[in-house]
Amino acid sequence: MPTQLPIVEQILSANDLIALENRNLLDEHGVVAVNVMASPGAGKTSTILRAIEALGGRLRVGVIEGDVAGRVDADKVAETGTPVVQINTGGGCHLDAPQVRSALQQLPLDEIDLLFIENVGNLVCPTGFALGERVNMMIASVPEGHDKPLKYPGMFSVVDALVLNKVDLMPYLDFDAEAFRTAVRALNANAPLFEVSCKTGEGIGKWVEWLIQQCS
Amino acid sequence: MHELSITQSILDIAVRHANQAGAQRILAINLVIGELTGFVDDSIQFYFDFLSKDSLAEGARLNFARIAPRARCYACHAEYTPPNSRLWTCPECGALGGEVIAGKEFSVASLEIE
Repeated sequence: MPTQLPIVEQILSANDLIALENRNLLDEHGVVAVNVMASPGAGKTSTILRAIEALGGRLRVGVIEGDVAGRVDADKVAETGTPVVQINTGGGCHLDAPQVRSALQQLPLDEIDLLFIENVGNLVCPTGFALGERVNMMIASVPEGHDKPLKYPGMFSVVDALVLNKVDLMPYLDFDAEAFRTAVRALNANAPLFEVSCKTGEGIGKWVEWLIQQCS
Repeated sequence: MHELSITQSILDIAVRHANQAGAQRILAINLVIGELTGFVDDSIQFYFDFLSKDSLAEGARLNFARIAPRARCYACHAEYTPPNSRLWTCPECGALGGEVIAGKEFSVASLEIE
């Protein structure tokens, strides 16, 4: 005889459960992790390198690099003397919490205040996978066009901060900055938008000040 | 997108509760899914049929109760149902953007067992 059994239990994926463990571990060590997401080539690594330089040791930085293959980005970070771990997903389109858990075991967490987790270049999939981060941010870039918020609303709406990179290229492209800013505001009322150029250094200071605030 | 992992979780939740209740079989699983979660019913059903083989949940019907998005205007606090586009404009005051007050739900509400 069929019976109704009320449950009302949140569906947390196996990934979410491990992300919570990662977050607890990071909190215990006083580390603020920032999940850095963007399309391939928008400037994730460049923005991280600029931040390391601009911080000038005010915060101790660590980096987890996520890429399908290779050590290209980890090598660039390593040159700055910053502790870095490279994750290769081997085809996976986003980082997940178990991968980050392994990487955390290879980092000196007691010597890190701010941990950048550079996700795989992708404006879609990373939003579905919590890693244990405290802050989510995304980087859009001028050459990608001002319509990206309309096409990828998920990414633009869930992040705590947005960076628009490559503003030095605006004179050479048909990028409608007002349309971009309006679309971002409609999707995400509260996240600050930092307009920067990793090439020239413009705007980096304000973004780094915001990062410092997240760690205090 | 990537429904495999959450479908496994749905199965685990259902089987755990059914076992605790001493059930022989799960006949139906009632899910509540907010439309803003982006999960696709067909994908969940597809993975579920595969993952539930040889378990208490094999053959169970999945019922999807979808929850439409509701927004509360940041400016005037009016509540409204936004249209499909993600650019939310308040029908009362025209302000852009609003707080999500419904549409992100994701839970197993109940089971039908025997």
